[in-house]
Amino acid sequence: MPNRLELSGITKQFPGVLANDNVSFAVKPGEIHALLGENGAGKSTLVKMIYGIMQPDAGEIRWNGEPVIVPNPKAARKLGIGMVFQHFSLFEALTVLENIALGMDAKVPSRELEAKIREVMATYGLALDPHRTVATLSVGERQRIEIVRALLLDPQLLIMDEPTSVLTPQEVEQLFEVLRKLAAEGCSILYISHKLHEIKALCDVATILRGGKLVDTCDPKQETSRSMAEKMIGSGLKDIVKDDARSFGEPKLVVNRLSTLSTGHFDIPVRNVSFTVRAGEILGIAGVAGNGQNALLDALSGEVRSDDRDAISIDGLGIGGMDTTERRRHGLCAVPEERNGHAAVSDFTLADNSVLTARDRLGMVVMGLINSGAARTYTGKVIADFAVKALGPASTAGSLSGGNLQKYIMGREILQKPSVLVVSQPTWGVDAGAAAAIHQALVDLAAAGSAIVVISQDLDELRALADTLAVINMGVLSAARPVKDFSLDEIGLLMGGVHGEAAA
Amino acid sequence: MQFRLEKRAEPSKRVLYIAPLIAVLLTMFFGAIVFSAIGYDGIGAVREIFLTPLTNSLKWQDLAVKASPLIIIGVGLSIAYRANVWNIGAEGQYIMGGLAATWVALLTHGMSGFWILPAMMLAGFVGGAAYASIPAFFKTRLNVNEILTSLMLTYASVQLIYYLVRAPWKDPMGMGFPQTRRFASEALLPNIIPGTIVHAGVPIAIIVALVAWFVMSRSVFGYQVKVVGSAPHAARYGGFSENKTIWLALLLSGALAGFAGALEVSGPFQRMVPGFPTNYGFTAIIVAFLGRLNPLGVIFAGIIMAITFVGGEIAQTTIGLPSSASGIFQSMMLFFLLAGDILVRYRIRRVAPQGEARA
Repeated sequence: MPNRLELSGITKQFPGVLANDNVSFAVKPGEIHALLGENGAGKSTLVKMIYGIMQPDAGEIRWNGEPVIVPNPKAARKLGIGMVFQHFSLFEALTVLENIALGMDAKVPSRELEAKIREVMATYGLALDPHRTVATLSVGERQRIEIVRALLLDPQLLIMDEPTSVLTPQEVEQLFEVLRKLAAEGCSILYISHKLHEIKALCDVATILRGGKLVDTCDPKQETSRSMAEKMIGSGLKDIVKDDARSFGEPKLVVNRLSTLSTGHFDIPVRNVSFTVRAGEILGIAGVAGNGQNALLDALSGEVRSDDRDAISIDGLGIGGMDTTERRRHGLCAVPEERNGHAAVSDFTLADNSVLTARDRLGMVVMGLINSGAARTYTGKVIADFAVKALGPASTAGSLSGGNLQKYIMGREILQKPSVLVVSQPTWGVDAGAAAAIHQALVDLAAAGSAIVVISQDLDELRALADTLAVINMGVLSAARPVKDFSLDEIGLLMGGVHGEAAA
Repeated sequence: MQFRLEKRAEPSKRVLYIAPLIAVLLTMFFGAIVFSAIGYDGIGAVREIFLTPLTNSLKWQDLAVKASPLIIIGVGLSIAYRANVWNIGAEGQYIMGGLAATWVALLTHGMSGFWILPAMMLAGFVGGAAYASIPAFFKTRLNVNEILTSLMLTYASVQLIYYLVRAPWKDPMGMGFPQTRRFASEALLPNIIPGTIVHAGVPIAIIVALVAWFVMSRSVFGYQVKVVGSAPHAARYGGFSENKTIWLALLLSGALAGFAGALEVSGPFQRMVPGFPTNYGFTAIIVAFLGRLNPLGVIFAGIIMAITFVGGEIAQTTIGLPSSASGIFQSMMLFFLLAGDILVRYRIRRVAPQGEARA
């Protein structure tokens, strides 16, 4: 039996970077094949060429033994290649059925389509009402739409791009069931992820890319997560160094019954959120995306002010009514989840981006004028200390890759030595080596006496980083407890909305 | 075959500044073709409009006088547009500034004192800013599009001139002409070069542009305007209020337009007449863009626009072009400039036809 998909010598050159350099590997029928690598290792480019979004500069793609050229995604689907993207393309105001109908290449009468959808769902145990509006669905349910959409075409190869980054552990388990069933029926799966324990649990073969080159093809069940991570980054992995004997000081950040107003249609406000973070403590806030994390960050950073002055206080001083500038002066810095256009201005230089949040704390403004020399010096320090790959302080933020911009933004806030730091998704899209560096910087900042709140969807990150953990669901925050007291199951249930002992 | 615009990673700085020059050259080229096609001497038209004002030294003073209000208004607009605030009603603010200065001039008629002219200038500032505060109020309170409100207010201000010069402010000795009396000498802008029409507004325009350039490039205020304009979310995160910036941008651009109005009425016009609105406020929109929304660029753009005005007048007498010819050249310039901007920031890619667009 020929290989389902065989790549030989695939090379793709972009201006200034060789995204794929002579990559060759094969996927067998019914195989779950992991594609592993850091950001920028060339995974996305590779699958885009398989799915026909881009064309390779050199090399050959063989499909079931025959050499093929895939000019566009439509041709890929015709061959039997389906893809589920990391970011969904769904219309929130339309129903599941309407969304699927819109994405079909061929026109199918809607009754017939609905019957087919129900059949696919029944076969793979994907529970979803075709007539529900997308806006009312959880992220996991939305992903099911994309999967159903791909399965309707009877694919022989399904490409999944970072499918679990937005799911609860239970949803991940359900997804794996579906994928295993598909594989058992002979459908090959190309699974892109950087979550190594998932790859160990799910995949038969792992192909590891680094800097556009294939560095290893291995059996993930024979490897440890650590050994695979080291292959990905090409060097030894540093552990977070935490002082076990550390103790926490006085309460620093106290949030007391904080509520926000709903601002948009599909935006979730927070209700009656209360927690305390002591000096030296890292509080992790877990939760599935879209459960009020953004509202909580805006309320803490000061972008949205509270009517109640004492809803938020630092060292006993009520700051609820202050704006971001005043809060920064009082020692509270924040990093929102969205980098471009929120935490940074893409068409500004990095030095100008430093002025955005550091101007008052670091004296970059003298009598209404910006001291651009001070901004450049500070930016240079951030670039050096956080190993940001940029030409210098005069590079525009938009010219940096996502991971490098994130390193810059985290560095810009951490080096201000805030007494309270609130960050959302601190290592989103950052490679393993850089993530470790950011984690260590956060731990060191806490060790120096700052109180830190980390809002993240990455449970591995929170369990490694946080001292205490709380879970946010539909805008309500559970009680915070030491992270060691939580089992993974319990976190998953809280993320899904089952509150054992929700904060009153 | 389909085409798609693809964003360039980083637009070339050099091309960004050359684009206005290319737009001017294309305007000359296509202008020649268009006017030839409708039966005029096209090449002569381009020569008279773009070159004669520069080669004929007698026309230089006209250039300076026409360029200065364009520069002052254009500087204000370039700041507003940087903040993503689309004040299209500078013409109305210019008129209100002129009217406010006229009011002071008429009120102080018969008095003497060095303070009269400064008071008129101040009235111009306040008049323009007050008129621009109307769109600012509706924009920040009710989220009404400032393009519509500021534009429509322009027409209201024109009617106000007609009313004032026909009734309450009409010159008693004017033999029925709808105009105010000629301002007293205390209320007239001094001439700075004897024997020419060059008035004090010319150096003031350059100073305004230089100060604005310094403020925009070095101050926190300039930074605030730019952040709010390019990333409102980031501005909020950085602690800048969007509404406050909208107010500042409209008040400042309105005040400068009003100031230009005060300079014009006390300088070249010397009285308020129904013909006071000369579209400086609209032309300044082109000036702001041609100058890359940079106050220093606005100086050059103002001069180029003044060339088309002065040249248009020359071409009317020498080759009989209609008076709207300079308007056509000005609009072509804006057209080519905006089109060029797209190509600076995006590249055109031919794409193979696809069944579906991918998100």
